[in-house]
Amino acid sequence: MGMAGERAAAGRPAEVYFFGTCLVDLFYPEAGLAAVELIEREGVRVIYPQAQTCCGQPAYNSGYRREARRVAAAQLPHFAKPIPVVVPSGSCAAMLHGCYPPLFAEGGTAAEAARARDFAGRVVEWSTFLAEVLRVRLRDRGAPVRVAYHPSCHLLRELGVREAPLALLGQLAQVELAALAGAEECCGFGGTFSVKQADISGAMLADKARAVVESGATVLLSLDAGCLLQIGGALAKAGHAIRCLPLPLFLKERTA
Amino acid sequence: MKADPRQFRQDSARAIGDPTLRANLRHTLGRIRARRAEALAAIEDVEALRRIGNAIKQESLRRLPRLLEQLEANLVRNGVRVHWAETLAEANGIVLAIARANGVRLAVKGKSMVSEEMELNAFLAEHGIEAIEADLGEYIVQLAGQPPSHIVAPAMHMNRHQVAALFHDKLGAPDVPDIEAMTALARRILREKFQRAGMGITGVNFAIAETGTLCLVENEGNGRMVTTVPPVHVALMGIEKVIARLADLPPLMRLLTRSATGQPISTYFNWISGPRRPGEKDGPREVHLVILDNGRSAIYADAQLRETLDCVRCGACLNICPVFERIGGHAYGSMYMGPIGKLLTPQMAGLGQAGHLVGASTLCGACFEVCPVQIPIPALLLRLRQEASQPSPAGRALVRGAGGARNPAEAMVWKGWQVLHDSAAAYRVFARLAALAGDRLPAFGPLKAWARHRALPRPAPRSLHRLLRDRPGE
Repeated sequence: MGMAGERAAAGRPAEVYFFGTCLVDLFYPEAGLAAVELIEREGVRVIYPQAQTCCGQPAYNSGYRREARRVAAAQLPHFAKPIPVVVPSGSCAAMLHGCYPPLFAEGGTAAEAARARDFAGRVVEWSTFLAEVLRVRLRDRGAPVRVAYHPSCHLLRELGVREAPLALLGQLAQVELAALAGAEECCGFGGTFSVKQADISGAMLADKARAVVESGATVLLSLDAGCLLQIGGALAKAGHAIRCLPLPLFLKERTA
Repeated sequence: MKADPRQFRQDSARAIGDPTLRANLRHTLGRIRARRAEALAAIEDVEALRRIGNAIKQESLRRLPRLLEQLEANLVRNGVRVHWAETLAEANGIVLAIARANGVRLAVKGKSMVSEEMELNAFLAEHGIEAIEADLGEYIVQLAGQPPSHIVAPAMHMNRHQVAALFHDKLGAPDVPDIEAMTALARRILREKFQRAGMGITGVNFAIAETGTLCLVENEGNGRMVTTVPPVHVALMGIEKVIARLADLPPLMRLLTRSATGQPISTYFNWISGPRRPGEKDGPREVHLVILDNGRSAIYADAQLRETLDCVRCGACLNICPVFERIGGHAYGSMYMGPIGKLLTPQMAGLGQAGHLVGASTLCGACFEVCPVQIPIPALLLRLRQEASQPSPAGRALVRGAGGARNPAEAMVWKGWQVLHDSAAAYRVFARLAALAGDRLPAFGPLKAWARHRALPRPAPRSLHRLLRDRPGE
């Protein structure tokens, strides 16, 4: 994706928007806070528009584009300044960056379409922003730990973000990255797929959860809350004590 | 075969619970993925080659009507008889008429997905003509009375022990899982069929318009036999198989065999440019080509969905698909399975009947990543999800059965979702209620399905909105 490179070339902004995403808002707010604070720690002001709700992906992926567009249109006015919009989720960043322009091109007004294109161009995925724009230097203050990293599908394949999260983790001296079998294979979440095709989702999940357990990691990290709810839910149901955390929260905890 | 949502759920659940099937799929797919990756690693710039593959197919489709006319003219000049079939019934009727005109009682077949679309074997059997599959995998599933479970490896769902039991049961062979011995037996039986058959039937991988040549890619030599031994050869193809130039072929071939089986080139490549000429010692007396539409021109009419027709049937998307790996090919209830099947089947059978297939994907994108001609499968699935749940706006090409999978209850859920998320005030109330519910969320409806495999998620007591609003200094 050109996104990381374009942002990196644009240099270090004085302030950024933060699009928290609905899943982080409801299920992992501490991770959202950690993501904000890690940016602020680098001297960048973070604006969190309180009127934001959701990127619209749930409806969009279900084929309900009109509903998705209404929700998407409700976000745009709150991110009007020409500054980056940092997003702590591969899936939501892919929606905001890749799907907003066509979504408004096919159904919005010309003004909305132009606004959506401008907005989409400013979207930066969080780990990319930290690693490649801010070029953060992290100092590990935690105890030795073995972690596994789940490279979520949309982060990996829609945004093409492979290195940034690993580069951030790699800065932590006491953190050992476990090899995860089939790491780049989908965990089976897929939004409504997880309940509409519960058996198939469950079969994919069982294999993913087994790989996590067999990796020997005590912590599983990801940049997508949906995957963490899915994998974490299976590990919890099976009684495994592996912590499933959004990457920003883990990085914040270790470097506080 | 009929794709049906309830059947799909049942069949996929049964497949997931079948440890033998799961092991067979895991084993074979693991090997085939590794071979594909290795074969493509040997190419200097795979992405550039994929872009070329995509460009060739897109250009061929852009010029499709003209290329089909050119193909027909050149085939006719080469002595091939060309037949056009809009529907499956027409295509079957054409094949039957050719068989009858030649007094055919036995036909031998190479692999052909179009013949599966036509359910040609059953049709010919109804009319007293036996059709024997000559591809080993196809022969196995035919013996088993099953449809193929994969477009390239039809018997992928079976292991050698299961094939030995089948050969023992149907052919009286010793029940020994010796692959060489079983292959030799099938070869012996098929040799005799080749000699007796009045007609050979095959598919077509590529049809070259400028030369009037049909290309057939295969590994077993059965295609060579089917197209040269019987006195009549009938080739079947969808309208999308035509390419303009001979020069278009090498890039597509480089992509096809590597993506399909991890081979740099297939063992056999057959150029079929007409019947036996005077003085030639072998080859069929008659060569026919049946060009089938069966819904393809409707797919063609939509500029975005047209990309479906880029497919070269390599099967790489099936092989990489995490859903296919769990449920195998039969659960899809269609001759086209896996990611490409989720595009083709609903567009051919209609979204009302097969709309569930476009939803049976996590949109993980692995298929798009391996597709040799860069078909944006997730984006096309999203488009079909939209078409499935609401009728197309007027003035645009209608997908067959558009709106046919609309579920009024689901439509209401999304309307409600929209109301909760398109205003900050409504969302604030919703988030507050979710936080209050905490771990007391009742496990019913979607949450019940969720809870079968996972602990229920627990909304945090204070949302990120509140955490940030309540921060000191805000």
